[in-house]
Amino acid sequence: MLIQPDPTFYPSAREAMRAPREKLAYVALLDTKGEGRPDGLATVDLDPDSPAYGTVVGVHDMTVPGDELHHFGWNVCSAALCPYAPHPHVERRYLVVPGLRSSRIYVFDVKDDPARPKLVKTIEPEVIFERTGYSRPHTVHCGTDAIYVSALGNVDGDAPGGVFMLDHDTFEPLGPWEADRGPQRLHYDFWWHLGHDTMITSEWGTPNMIEAGPDLGLLVGRQYGHKLHVWDLRKRTHLQQIDLGDQHQMALELRPAHDPTKTYGFVNTVISVEDLSANIFTWYLEDGVWKAKKTITIPAEPADPALLPEPLKQFGAVPPLVSDISLTLDDRILLVSAWGTGELLAFDVSDPLNPRQTGSVRVGGITGRAAHPGTPGTPRNGGPQMVEVSRDGRRAYFTNSLYRSWDEVFYPDGIDGWLVKADIAEDGSIALDPGFLVDFAADGRRPHQVRLQGGDSSSDSFCYP
Amino acid sequence: MELTQLLVLAGFGAFHGLNPAMGWLFAVALGLQERSRRAVLGALPPIVLGHAGSVLVTLALVAAVRVATPPRAVSYGVAALVCGFGLWKLLRRRHPRWVGMRVTGWQLAGWSFLMATAHGAGLMLLPVTLAGHERAALALSRETLAAAGVHTAAMLAVTATLAVVVYERLGVSVLRRAWFNLDLAWAVALIGAGVFAALT
Repeated sequence: MLIQPDPTFYPSAREAMRAPREKLAYVALLDTKGEGRPDGLATVDLDPDSPAYGTVVGVHDMTVPGDELHHFGWNVCSAALCPYAPHPHVERRYLVVPGLRSSRIYVFDVKDDPARPKLVKTIEPEVIFERTGYSRPHTVHCGTDAIYVSALGNVDGDAPGGVFMLDHDTFEPLGPWEADRGPQRLHYDFWWHLGHDTMITSEWGTPNMIEAGPDLGLLVGRQYGHKLHVWDLRKRTHLQQIDLGDQHQMALELRPAHDPTKTYGFVNTVISVEDLSANIFTWYLEDGVWKAKKTITIPAEPADPALLPEPLKQFGAVPPLVSDISLTLDDRILLVSAWGTGELLAFDVSDPLNPRQTGSVRVGGITGRAAHPGTPGTPRNGGPQMVEVSRDGRRAYFTNSLYRSWDEVFYPDGIDGWLVKADIAEDGSIALDPGFLVDFAADGRRPHQVRLQGGDSSSDSFCYP
Repeated sequence: MELTQLLVLAGFGAFHGLNPAMGWLFAVALGLQERSRRAVLGALPPIVLGHAGSVLVTLALVAAVRVATPPRAVSYGVAALVCGFGLWKLLRRRHPRWVGMRVTGWQLAGWSFLMATAHGAGLMLLPVTLAGHERAALALSRETLAAAGVHTAAMLAVTATLAVVVYERLGVSVLRRAWFNLDLAWAVALIGAGVFAALT
């Protein structure tokens, strides 16, 4: 037990921006070859003063193959300072790492040797099935009173998906979170407005709808998720659903404003069946009702059908396939990953209903195959995917692999994994750092999510403005 | 009551008021959320009321026991209870979570009652109030009220001062350095109070 609060906890997001620079990144690695090799948790050195800067300094292989690691998170974070459940003398030292395909959850301790996380607990799938009724854990958030985990489906891989909780101290699954789910069936991401006791959840599809790869029939039939759900975070009851329009298939990542007094946030939809565009919606509270408005459209880019993978040939265009977004801690800059076109875009969202584009860089892309400035002659595949912004809002790290069966469809020649960094200027413009390119081609596994040591812009939530 | 008792009761009141987990931090947070000092001040009465209620209930229960039980037995019983609770607090770090950030006055009072009870705020005062040999129920109830009153007044003074100073001047960033582990100190204080009850 600590005597002073964990130094990585900050009462407000603005204060967290003054945190010291991150020295390590943890990266989930996905094995795609199916040769019985497990996924891994890699550690990357981010300290510019270190001789190992920009290289992998350790990889911990999981105990069994086939997990498909996705969005992991910390055991506790700044929410431990919240006044109604205060317990700041705990340590941010465990990474909770869920296997999206296996439904297994690993808990790593990073305290003693941060570069080499130590596996301290494994929650087997059967335990999660039995205690929660859910499967396919996907996203982990440190809550005020427990660790919250989203799950894409029930134990049969069907609806409903939802949220379950893990005990803060023992990591034992506590059961499903919802007391009344109302009409909610599909599930993907979740986050909250702590200052308003409100949870928001989004929709992708059930495990049976996504595990074999994107299903064109479901897509054309507009069967993937396209709604947001608003919940009472205290009572765990469904309050409201917001339909973004069934043409906007797959409503994924939720990025609420970090300032707890604000009542808005952003969500990306992956593909519009009308024009293959990807869209960002702003949700907001107005007169006691939560609403959403489409505020950013990223159009598809025309392309030579000969260069396109099978399902896209008929359209002669590359959809941007926006798969992740990240919001700086001052709620000012929103970074948007267009995995299809290979573009990372930046928007000034100070006026959340009227975003203004401030920057763009390219690397990879289905047809673009843009090179990284550090290796100008080498075409890159995959595209900007999971993006994580440092606490000071000056650096964005992003990887290029989405999800095994979806990677194969859009990048049929395979993906050589990379992790790169873009620097974010004061005016919101972005530039790739030519000196930072972590190439996972030699390892053979593909990087997915990145977490930064001490926290990043999508790991913590705050109770004070 | 003797002067020493009064001072100790007030001291514990100040100590409880000092603890951000007992409520002043909640008042600051509500003030920041609403951007209003009125919200800070408005949160204090329910918080103090809940705390006082918890203390009063504990003291009253023991006063009732004292009417029917020999004093030595009560002392040893209280000593065991308070020490045991202190040890438990030392080993267990869970906090009750009952409300969120949008609270009514009654919910805030209820939360404060729960926090004070779960932390053993009343238990910590028991050993101090055991002194004296008045056995009549009336005297005990008067003493109980007085003890809770002194404790609450001290708590109110400290908690209100802290809430206003942090809200107006220091800002919540002070928490990162100044919020030393009061749970640890709290557990030690409970154990100390229990030992005191056994020895006197």
